[in-house]
Amino acid sequence: MELLSENKRAAIWSVLLLFVGLFVWEMSISAQAINTGELTEYELLTGAGTAKAGVPPPSEVAVKAWQELSNPFYDAGPNDKGIGIQIGYSIYRVLTGYFLAAIIAIPLGFLIGMSSVAYKALNPFIQVLRPISPLAWMPLALFIIQDSEASAIFVIFICSIWPMLLNTAFGVAGVREDWVNVARTHELGAFKTAFTVVLPAAAPTIVTGMRISIGIAWLVIVAAEMLVGGTGIGYYVWNEWNNLDLTSVIFSILMIGVVGMLLDAAFGLLQRRVAYVE
Amino acid sequence: MANSFLSIEKLTQRYPDGKGGEFTVFENASFGIEKGEFVCILGHSGCGKSTIMNILAGLSEPTKGVVKMDGFAVSGPSLDRGVVFQNYSLLPWLTALKNVTFGVAARFPDWTKQQVEDHSIAFLDKVGLSGDAIHRKPSQLSGGMRQRVSIARAFANEPKLLLLDEPFGALDALTRGTIQEELLKVWSGTDQTVFMITHDIDEAILLADRILLMTNGPLARVAESVEITISRPRVRTDIVEHPNYYAIRNHLVQFLGKRSAELAGQVSAEGETHSPETVRIDKTQDAAGEQPLLQAVKT
Ligand SMILES: Nc1ncnc2c1ncn2[C@@H]1O[C@H](COP(=O)(O)OP(=O)(O)OP(=O)(O)O)[C@@H](O)[C@H]1O
Ligand SMILES: [Mg+2]
Repeated sequence: MELLSENKRAAIWSVLLLFVGLFVWEMSISAQAINTGELTEYELLTGAGTAKAGVPPPSEVAVKAWQELSNPFYDAGPNDKGIGIQIGYSIYRVLTGYFLAAIIAIPLGFLIGMSSVAYKALNPFIQVLRPISPLAWMPLALFIIQDSEASAIFVIFICSIWPMLLNTAFGVAGVREDWVNVARTHELGAFKTAFTVVLPAAAPTIVTGMRISIGIAWLVIVAAEMLVGGTGIGYYVWNEWNNLDLTSVIFSILMIGVVGMLLDAAFGLLQRRVAYVE
Repeated sequence: MANSFLSIEKLTQRYPDGKGGEFTVFENASFGIEKGEFVCILGHSGCGKSTIMNILAGLSEPTKGVVKMDGFAVSGPSLDRGVVFQNYSLLPWLTALKNVTFGVAARFPDWTKQQVEDHSIAFLDKVGLSGDAIHRKPSQLSGGMRQRVSIARAFANEPKLLLLDEPFGALDALTRGTIQEELLKVWSGTDQTVFMITHDIDEAILLADRILLMTNGPLARVAESVEITISRPRVRTDIVEHPNYYAIRNHLVQFLGKRSAELAGQVSAEGETHSPETVRIDKTQDAAGEQPLLQAVKT
């Protein structure tokens, strides 16, 4: 083991843990006697009994995953679409809401960070609006916007705006005065200073806010889609639950995790690009 | 003095003292600096040296008084006045070279990218930085290298006036010596005026045409202007042999050790101007009517 690097040793442990976990899961399920006959009518209706008795083993989930992933983009009517299409809808909503939020949050954050008057004036609103669960906006959004698609995007917008706004303001306010003085002694205008000095100086903090926001947006989209229905990975999970297809539920849960991880990794990459050591 | 290249007229700086009142850092300070002169200012910590420099740079406004350069009142920072900050103030996300081109591109907006880069590389070379070191970020450079970059950035802009706030304060004696020589090399042959803050008496004697001495604060004043009657070019190891060296050094030590405290805290009469008293120490003149070696003021 001494011969292997730390990363290699960690990778071996990860794979080992995965197999042990899958093995225990598989064993515990095949040891369970599947006996749906004893369930009452009520249990069948609510699905409570089946859920307990019918948790699929990992092998079944793997088969399901293989089927779904080998044809991710099929479209056979409103209730039967490939996993790729469903995830595509979710990502589209998340990114639309997210970028709308970024377009407003980053310039506004700059303003708040540069002017203490703007900060003091807007702070009470931010403090009240920020702790509201994004889903609490849903009824109001549906009523005002009258469109479930746009409402879901609005919910993403409202939940991703706060971390970006606050981090941008915080990053901009914290730019070292010496660096701003360097810009001043070089007679840079306000825009040039903002882009060549303040933005790169605050970028690590801003991107951290963006990374937090995308994480929250991905958490919220699943819940939002369960409410609005129609399309998207959240709706898919809920729909498969209604179909009592636990294999699909588990598979889509895993997919939510994987997509979330990829989104986070993309911002992690961006974060490394803008990082600097003082 | 009113027609000096740089003239500081009745400068007063007051700050709130945190107890509802205010305290005066200095009051009605007046002095002039000639074109091409290298002036060092010496004084105890807290007497207001950085405050004066920030006002000269246009980074802060005095409570009262004006600074005139070339006859025009200074308002706000300008590319004509380059600043080397005490803590280098390099932009950490840019390489050494990019830190210099950043300034040069601002100074000469119609130059091509290539011109800007060549000019910057030439100035980095003058302070002894070349090769792949110039493509490294400040965090990957030593303290001495960072200070060189910051000096190169200031000189590459060819400002009329250079302001240096304790540029070598954080460096060890050896590095300090090399960079002092590099600084002299870059400065000599230009007609640039330098105003430098330092705590180091020997450094001031090596570099300056004239040393301004400040009394302790609050109510500090620029009490004396000591001419350095040692001819250029000066070499560290040779100037200590110069007949004037110890006489000047003793005078400075006496001032900082005793008189800076005695002269401190004098409230001035209304509208009174405090100009420094000129001190000229020249032992070479005593020696049987010989010519003085050099007039301290270059132009
Ligand atoms: N923004 C400010 N508000 C209040 N007081 C200040 C401010 N800036 C400086 N002072 C005070 O003014 C005085 C002079 O400060 P300054 O920084 O000019 O000193 P200095 O001579 O440069 O000292 P050092 O050699 O330690 O750098 C100090 O007493 C300091 O506390
Ligand atoms: Mg200072």
